[in-house]
This record gives sequence, C-alpha cells and structure tokens, in this order.
Amino acid sequence: MVDLRVTVGSLTLDNPVMPASGTFADGLAQIVPFDRLGAMVTKTITAELRGGNPTPRVAELDQAMLNSIGIPSNGVAYFVQKSLPFYRRFKSPLVVSISAPSADAFAELAARMELPGIAAIEANISCPNIEESGKAFAMNPRSTDAAVQKIRNATRLPLWVKLTPNTSEVAAVARAAENAGADALVVANTILAMSIDIETFKPRLGSIMGGLSGPAIKPIVVRMTYQCAKAVSIPVIGCGGISTAEDAVEYMMAGATAVQVGTATFLRPSAMIDVIDGLAAFCDRKGIARAADLTGLVRDAEMAVDDLEAVP
Amino acid sequence: MEALLDTRSHVPSASQRTADDVTARVVAHQWVNAEYKHLVLDAPEPAPLAQAGQFFHLECPQAGEDRPFFRRPMSVYKADPGKGQVEFLYKVTGAGTRGLATLRVGDTMRILGPLGVGFTLDESWKNIVVLGRGVGLATLAPLAEMAAANGVGVTAIFSARGPEQVMSTERFAKTGARIEIVLDSDGSSAVENVERLLRRIAREGKTGAFFTCGSDRLMLLMQRLGRELGIRGEVALEQQMACGIGMCFCCVRNFRSGNEVVSRRVCWDGPVFRLDEAMSW
Ligand SMILES: Cc1cc2nc3c(=O)[nH]c(=O)nc-3n(C[C@H](O)[C@H](O)[C@H](O)COP(=O)(O)OP(=O)(O)OC[C@H]3O[C@@H](n4cnc5c(N)ncnc54)[C@H](O)[C@@H]3O)c2cc1C
Ligand SMILES: Cc1cc2nc3c(=O)[nH]c(=O)nc-3n(C[C@H](O)[C@H](O)[C@H](O)COP(=O)(O)O)c2cc1C
Ligand code: FES
Repeated sequence: MVDLRVTVGSLTLDNPVMPASGTFADGLAQIVPFDRLGAMVTKTITAELRGGNPTPRVAELDQAMLNSIGIPSNGVAYFVQKSLPFYRRFKSPLVVSISAPSADAFAELAARMELPGIAAIEANISCPNIEESGKAFAMNPRSTDAAVQKIRNATRLPLWVKLTPNTSEVAAVARAAENAGADALVVANTILAMSIDIETFKPRLGSIMGGLSGPAIKPIVVRMTYQCAKAVSIPVIGCGGISTAEDAVEYMMAGATAVQVGTATFLRPSAMIDVIDGLAAFCDRKGIARAADLTGLVRDAEMAVDDLEAVP
Repeated sequence: MEALLDTRSHVPSASQRTADDVTARVVAHQWVNAEYKHLVLDAPEPAPLAQAGQFFHLECPQAGEDRPFFRRPMSVYKADPGKGQVEFLYKVTGAGTRGLATLRVGDTMRILGPLGVGFTLDESWKNIVVLGRGVGLATLAPLAEMAAANGVGVTAIFSARGPEQVMSTERFAKTGARIEIVLDSDGSSAVENVERLLRRIAREGKTGAFFTCGSDRLMLLMQRLGRELGIRGEVALEQQMACGIGMCFCCVRNFRSGNEVVSRRVCWDGPVFRLDEAMSW
C-alpha cells in the first residue's frame, strides 16, 4: 500500500490532489466523492458583491481554455451562510480562496475567515491591486511582501499564497511571500492571453484578454514550480494543465508537494479521482513507498540552469 | 461589469441533483437531413431518467483537424428508462458536432447528465402551445410527450427555413399534437404571421401556457403576447458552456427579476427559465 499522505505546513492531507480555485463547486458532489480529495478549494470570494465580466467568457483553443470569468461574488455573508455549511459535511479540509483590491482589504477579509470548517486560506494575489494602478500583487516582490505581511498578521489560519505566472520574477516573488509569512505557495494562476476569431475579426472574449489554462500551459508552469521550489523552503503546490497522474508526478518531481487540478475537471469530472488512483499506481509500479517521496525527485544533480542561456 | 448573481433562485440544491458521468454506447446514428443527425445511445442510469428540458454534456471525439476541447451541451431528445436509452437530435455546426457526427454504431462515449432544470407542467393547464425554431424542436419534443402523458393538449408550431428543415413532426403527431408549420421559404414564418397564429389559438382557448426554444424573435413574441394575454410560459435557452455543472460561471445570462436584472447560470439555474424573466440575446 502506497502512503499518499503529504504535509503542507501544519496540515496533513490524505493525498496530494485537490481542485484549483474556480474549477470546483457543490455541483461536482453529484459525481465526485469529496471525502476522497486531499483538500477542497473554493472559488475566490471577495468582500464586495461582484458581477464578473461580459460574455463570451470562455473560448476553446487547442488543448487550452481561455477564460475571462472574473470573480463574480455574492460576498462573504452569502459564503458563510450558504456555501460553508455545505462543505462542512465533508471530511477533506476546506481551503478558502480570497481576493481583495488592496493589502488592507485582503487583511480584513482574511480576519473574517477564522470560522469552524475552514482549514486554510489561499490568498489569490494574482488579482489587480488598486494601489499599483491595477497591476497584480504577485507581479513583483514588493507588493507581494506588503499584501502577504498584512494578511499574515490578520489571521492564525495556515496561509497559502497563489502566484501569478505573469511575472518575470516568479522566484523573487516566491521568496517575498515566504519571508512575509506564507505557509505554502500555489504555482500558478492562469497565463494572460488573447485570441481573435479571424472570420469575424472579433476578440474571442468579451473582455478581450483572459487567462489561459489547460494542458497547453503545463510546461510553463512546471518550469515555474521548479524555480519556486528551488527558491523557497515552504511547500509548493503545483497547478497548471494537470489532467492525469503522470502530469501530477511530473509536477511533484519538479518540486511540488501537492497539486491542483483545474480545467481537466470540466472535461472529465472525475479527473481528480483518476489522478489520485493513478498516483498510487505509479508509486506502486516504481516501488516508491510514499507519494511525498516524489517531491523534488527530478534527477538534476549533475545539471545546472545557465541563467543567461535559459532565458530565450 | 455584468449583473450580480441571482442569490434567490429557487432551483434544486446540489444535494438534490443526481447527474453522473457515464459511458454510453451508440446503437443508432443517422442523418435526418443534410444538416441534422439523430443519435441513439444505450446508457446506464441515471442517464435514461432525464426529464424534458434537461441536457447532457457530451464528450465529442477528435476527427481529423477537429480537436474539440470542451464537451458540448445537447438537450435530451428522448429518454427511455425501460430501454435504458437516451437520444439526441443535433445540427452539425463546428468542431464538436463534426466530431460527434463521426461516431459509429458500437462506439462508446462519456455523457454527463442529466443536467439542469427542465420544463414544468401545471396540472391545471388543459392545453399548451410549443413554438420551436430549427433544432429547438428537439428540446420541445419530450415536453409534448410529457404533456400528452398528463392529458394536456399540445399545439406545436414548427418554424424552419424550408420544408427540408422540418423534423420530428411524426413524433409530435403521435402524441396527438396539432401541428402548424411556418417557413422562411414561403414567408409564413414572419413574426406577424406567427403572432396571428398564436392569437387564433388563444381565441380557441388553447393557450394554457407557452413554451419556446431556438429563436430570440419568437421568444420575444411569446413574451409580449404572454404579458398581454396573461399567459405563463417557459423558454429553454442556450449559452456556451465549459463545465455544465455550475462551477465555472461562463454560461451566465441576464434575467429580469422584479425590478432588478440578475445573472443566472444557464447550466444550473436553467436551461429552462420563466418566459417573462428572459431577456433578448
Ligand atoms: C442546454 C443546451 C441544449 C442544446 N441542445 C441542442 C440540441 O438538442 N441540438 C443541437 O443541435 N444543438 C443544441 N445545443 C447547441 C449545441 O450545444 C451547439 O450547437 C454546439 O455546442 C456547437 O458545437 P460545435 O463545436 O459544433 O460548434 P462551434 O461553433 O465550433 O463551437 C465553438 C464553441 O461554442 C459553443 N457553442 C456554439 N454554439 C452554441 C450554442 N448554440 N449553444 C451553446 N454553445 C454553443 C460550443 O459548445 C463550443 O464551446 C444546445 C445548447 C445548450 C446550451
Ligand atoms: C473558469 C476558471 C475560473 C478560475 N477562477 C479562479 C479563481 O476564482 N481564483 C483563482 O485563484 N484561480 C482561478 N482560476 C485559475 C485556476 O485555479 C488555475 O490556477 C488555472 O486554471 C491553471 O490550472 P489548470 O490548467 O489545471 O486549469 C480559474 C480558472 C478557470 C479555468
Ligand atoms: S457551464 Fe460552467 S457554470 Fe455553467
């Protein structure tokens, strides 16, 4: 029997597989036994009510999804009254993803999350910071540090910080988050992208640009996971294009302690369960006793990244 | 920014829903005309328990250049728990449906469903009118059968480009429905003409409720007449979908609710909605 348990900061998860924020909700419980998940991660919530972006909000590309859903939100009270009781029925730890337009607002929202049934906070700092003319917090180490410090001081809950891939300094941002008190990093959110329908001359999304996800982005985010895992000593949770156990293994070998599955669940609702079962089968086949042993298993000891050459 | 989400929508909760992702096997798959195919699947429960107006999210195979990424939503055209079958009637349009069209008898595919909230019939209605354009009739056919089974009379108005695009009249006829066909080719499908037809049916006292699918113009017409004549109704709507089960919020549309405009998910709060609350798309 392979031991699938992994430790993310002070939390021990039954297995390393969980949903990515925004690709998981109560409707999936019809098909997937939530008790089998390593953790449950909510869609990002905000303090304020939000409607989200104009339609079309998604476009289908080759092996990728482009979305501009935004963060439609019914606010905190709705979440606490309606969503939280639903998730409390399951034994998997619940991670609540939060977002806010400023570091102070982030801290205020985080402070309201110390509620029974909430195991950790995932701060989605890939969202626009109004104090930096709308640039995402996670685009540079300074605004990352400011936001994460304030959130850290506002809550005793384990704090996961979700990074954006839309930065040239992901390792420095990762270190900033660690130094400011993050317990784990989630790498990463969607990649800023755009697509045009050349028949109609129109952008495919109602808000022109959006976030790319799905298998097509995997090599980019595997690279970022590797860079971040090398840069910090807190756990890294890999997220981007994972749809099979093999994908999850690759992320773990690159340095991830756990993984999140997003877009794949839209195509195959049981994707997370298949990844869990496949991970056990892989470890079994390779004679690896614990899934946790996969973390950082990539054989790169004799190799070095030439920073000058590796940047194309 | 779009309208705020509707937080008061009275639809079944997640715990009350029973969809599943099952493997289905093709037992028949034939062209109905130059554009439409009829797909019959053997599928385990809960698939054959689908109700009129509900839909499935179908995994479409890749074929040649076509590599559909998402699944495709399709209304249930027929569901037979006795035989353990579900049927679909679909128009071949783009990558997904072209891929779907390559499925052969004996092939298997994943189908997620039954999904969404279907049509409702009120016991007090003696007669209803269903008005469908194009493949909208696929969505309305099981409703006509449900009505017949409940002793509710049906007038079915088919709107289509030409006679070749008129489908499944036999199925409606079998339920005892009265059938009216209006076409673009002879001009009879013009909104004014359909309006005259609906008013005549109303004068005959045959308009207990209105149901429509497949055309914005016809939806607006039924909505206007419904308001004027005090006739309730429902409309089945379409919107692009990724997850089909309420998670991604890509399938939202705006609705009038009291004095507010709210946004609802077509896959979760619908695809069938109150006619008076729908908005032009
Ligand atoms: C609840 C529901 C029930 C439906 N029932 C039927 C039915 O019974 N028969 C039938 O022929 N069609 C039906 N449709 C429409 C059908 O889903 C689309 O025709 C189909 O998705 C087109 O896919 P494609 O790849 O062939 O076309 P493309 O145009 O290449 O599709 C590109 C993308 O747009 C989406 N899309 C395109 N047109 C529509 C549309 N009208 N509605 C929703 N998404 C669309 C596709 O799903 C895909 O993601 C239904 C739609 C919904 C939402
Ligand atoms: C429809 C959709 C909605 C998303 N919503 C959120 C969100 O609310 N908060 C967040 O942090 N990430 C959100 N994401 C990003 C995912 O959590 C994930 O980081 C990204 O999709 C990459 O993983 P994937 O390739 O497995 O989908 C969303 C992604 C998609 C596709
Ligand atoms: S398709 Fe995902 S919410 Fe409706």
